[in-house]
Amino acid sequence: MKHTIIAWMEDKPGVLSRVAGLFRRRNFNIESLTVGHSETPGISRMTFVVDGDDRQIHQVQAQLFKLINVTAIEDVTNEPTVIRELALIKVRATSANRAEIIQLVDIYRANIVDVDVDSLIIQIAGTEERIDSLVKLLNNFGILEMVRTGQVAMVRGSNAKPPIRHNGVS
Amino acid sequence: MAERKTGAQIVWESLLREGVEVVFGLPGGATLPIYDALAKYEYPIRHVLVTHEQGAAHMADGYGRATGRVGVCMATSGPGATNLTTGLATAYMDSSPVVAITGQVPTSLLGRDGFQEADIHGVSMPITKHNYLVTDVRELAQVLKEAFYIARTGRPGPVLVDICKDVQQAETECIYPEEVNLPGYQPKLTAADPEGVARAAQLLNLAERPVILAGHGVIIANAEDELVQLAEKAHIPVATSLLGIGAIPQTHPLSIGWGGMHGEAFTNYALQESDVLLVIGARLDDRLTGAFSTFAPKARIIHLDLDPAELGKNLRIDVPLVGDAKLTLRELIPLVEPNQHTSWMEQIAEWKRDTDRRDLLAQETDDLVPPFIVRQLWHLTDGGNCIVVTDVGQHQMWEAQYFLHVKRRSLFTSGGLGTMGFALPAAIGVQMGRPDETVWVIAGDGGFQMTMGELSTVAKEGLPLKIAIFNNGYLGMVRQWQDVFYNKRYASTALYNPDFVKIAEAYNIPALRVTDRAGVAPAIRQAQAHNGPFLIEFQVEPFTNVYPMVAPGKSNADMIRRPLPAEVEEE
Repeated sequence: MKHTIIAWMEDKPGVLSRVAGLFRRRNFNIESLTVGHSETPGISRMTFVVDGDDRQIHQVQAQLFKLINVTAIEDVTNEPTVIRELALIKVRATSANRAEIIQLVDIYRANIVDVDVDSLIIQIAGTEERIDSLVKLLNNFGILEMVRTGQVAMVRGSNAKPPIRHNGVS
Repeated sequence: MAERKTGAQIVWESLLREGVEVVFGLPGGATLPIYDALAKYEYPIRHVLVTHEQGAAHMADGYGRATGRVGVCMATSGPGATNLTTGLATAYMDSSPVVAITGQVPTSLLGRDGFQEADIHGVSMPITKHNYLVTDVRELAQVLKEAFYIARTGRPGPVLVDICKDVQQAETECIYPEEVNLPGYQPKLTAADPEGVARAAQLLNLAERPVILAGHGVIIANAEDELVQLAEKAHIPVATSLLGIGAIPQTHPLSIGWGGMHGEAFTNYALQESDVLLVIGARLDDRLTGAFSTFAPKARIIHLDLDPAELGKNLRIDVPLVGDAKLTLRELIPLVEPNQHTSWMEQIAEWKRDTDRRDLLAQETDDLVPPFIVRQLWHLTDGGNCIVVTDVGQHQMWEAQYFLHVKRRSLFTSGGLGTMGFALPAAIGVQMGRPDETVWVIAGDGGFQMTMGELSTVAKEGLPLKIAIFNNGYLGMVRQWQDVFYNKRYASTALYNPDFVKIAEAYNIPALRVTDRAGVAPAIRQAQAHNGPFLIEFQVEPFTNVYPMVAPGKSNADMIRRPLPAEVEEE
C-alpha cells in the first residue's frame, strides 16, 4: 500500500544524495519525492510517497532515521492531511478550441499563466487524482509539455510537528 | 583571541584530544601538509606506515574491535582513498568504530577531474555511518569532533572525513569545540521500554525450549556478565552468531555453540526447535538464518537491538526491543523466574553427541586436517588464552568450530562483508590495541596473499604476531561450493602459491613449514617461544570440506552433514 511520509533533514551538502542513495540501495519503491524549505531555517522538509508492505514501510523510516542529518520522520498516511501537487501543463490551443480549454480550466479551478498564439500554460494545484483527471481531458487538445512537482503533505489542525524530534535511537 | 593554527595542526590536535595513540596510513600528495605537521610539531601519536591503504583501514578496524576505542586510518586522495573502501565496508558491516581521514584535491580543483581526484565523499556514503567533505578550515575542528562522536556512540561504525589540501594549509583561529551539535543524531543509552521487557520476560518464563541467540551487540555493549546471569537464572542455553563468539565462555555448560550455514549442527537444531528465541544484538543475516521464512519456525522471537532498523528487517519479530543490551538485560533479569529446562538441555546434548560422532577428528586418519591444527593451538595456548584473528573461508569456519573462546573479545573476523585479506592487517591493529596479548593470525593461502605485503608492517613495527597459514592450494571455500553445487568443476580455484616460508624470511620473519600432524605442536611451541613475529605454513589436506553446510536459500533444518564413520565405510 502507498504511504505518504514526511522527513525533516538538515540542509547540508550531500543530504539529498544520502537519501536518494538509501532509497536505491535498499530497493525502496519511491513514487514521488519533493523537497524544499520548512519553517525552520536550516531544516528542509521532504514529502515522499512510497509503495510497500508493512515491513518495507517500517524499514524505509527506520533506515532514513539512521541518516545523521535526518531530524524527524512522520508517516501521515492515516492522518487527516492536506495533500497537494502542482502541475504546469502547456497545451496546444487554437482560436477554435481556446474557449473550450478555458472552460475546463475554470471547472478545475486551475489558472492560465501564459498565453501564446497557439498554446497556453495551465497551472493547477490539487490532489494527484484531480490533476490526473484534468490531464486526461487536456490530452484531447494535445499536451506539448508537462511538469508535476510530486506531492507535498501537511497534517490538518493546529498541532504543528516540530522538525527535530528524537523518536528513536539511531 | 584564539591561537591561529593550520588545518594540518588541527587534525593532529583533534586526534590528541580524542585520545588517539596510533594512526595507520600512507601519505600522498593530498596529505603532505598533514604529514609535514606531524614531523614538524612531533605530536605524540604513533604513525604506522602501511603497504596498502586497505591494510590501514583493516588495522584501524582491528584496533577498534579489540579496544572499543576509535581506530584511525589516513590516506591520500584518489587511489589512496578508494583503496580504503574495502576496509570501510568491512568495518561498517561489523559495526566497528573507525575514523578515516583522507586528503582531497584543493577546493579550487574540486570537480575538475584533476590528478588523483576521486569523489570519496560520494563513494563512501553507503559504506560509512556518516561522512564529511571539508572545504573550509573553520569547520574542521567541529567536523572531527563530530566524526569521533558518531563513530563510537550508538551503534558504532566508520566515519570518513575528506579534507581538501588547501584546507590543511589554511590558518584559522581555532577554538576546539567541547560539544557536538547534531540535531538528527541523539543516541541514548537506555533500556528498552518496560512494557516490552515485561512481555519478553513473560514469554521466557512460559517457554519450554528457550534459546538465547547472542550477537556482536552483546560484546560491543559489554553485556557479557548480564548475558550469563540471565542464562543461568532462567537456565536458558546460549547460542551465538559468528561475531557473537566470546559473548559467553564457550566452555560454559549453557553455551551451545554458534549457528548458521557452517555453524554447529546441534546449535542449528536447537535454534530451529526453540519455542522462544531471545535475539540480542544480532542482525539475523542470511548466513545465520538460512532462508528467512524457515528460521526458527516454532519460536516466538524477541529481538533486542540498539538499532531499530534491525528489528523486523529480515524476520517477523513478536517482541521488538530497542535499547542497550546491558541496561535492558539488567531490567529483564529480575523479571525472569529461576527455571530448569532439563529435558530441553538433554535434547540439545543428544544433538551434540551426534555432532561429536560425525567430528572429523573422531575419524581414523593421519591426514593433516585444519581442525587438528586449530584444536592443538587451543590446547597449547592453555585452553584458548590468546586472541585469534581469522581471514575468510574454510579456515575461518574451522577456527570458529574448533577453538573454544573463553576470553572476551578474543576472536576477530570479518563476518558481515566476508573480506578475504582481513586477517593480517586487522591483527596488526588488534596487537597495537592489546599489546600484552598473544595474537594468532589464522589465514588461508588465498586470502593471505591479498594483503601479505603488510608483513612489512609487522616486521617494521616489531609486532610479535604469530601467523598460521592453512595452505590447501585452493580458494577452499569456493572450491567446496564447486564440489557440492557445481559438480566439481574447479573453475579458477586452484592457486599458484609462493613459498610462504621464503616470503616471511624475506621480511626477516622466521618461519616454518609443517606437513604432518607430528610437526604441529613443536611448530606452535617454537612460534610461541620466539620473541617476535613468526610464521607457520601448514600444508593441509587439500580436499577437506567444512560441515555442516546449508545450501543458500535452504532451511537450517536441511543441513548437509558429514557422514557418520560407519556410513563412510559403507560407501
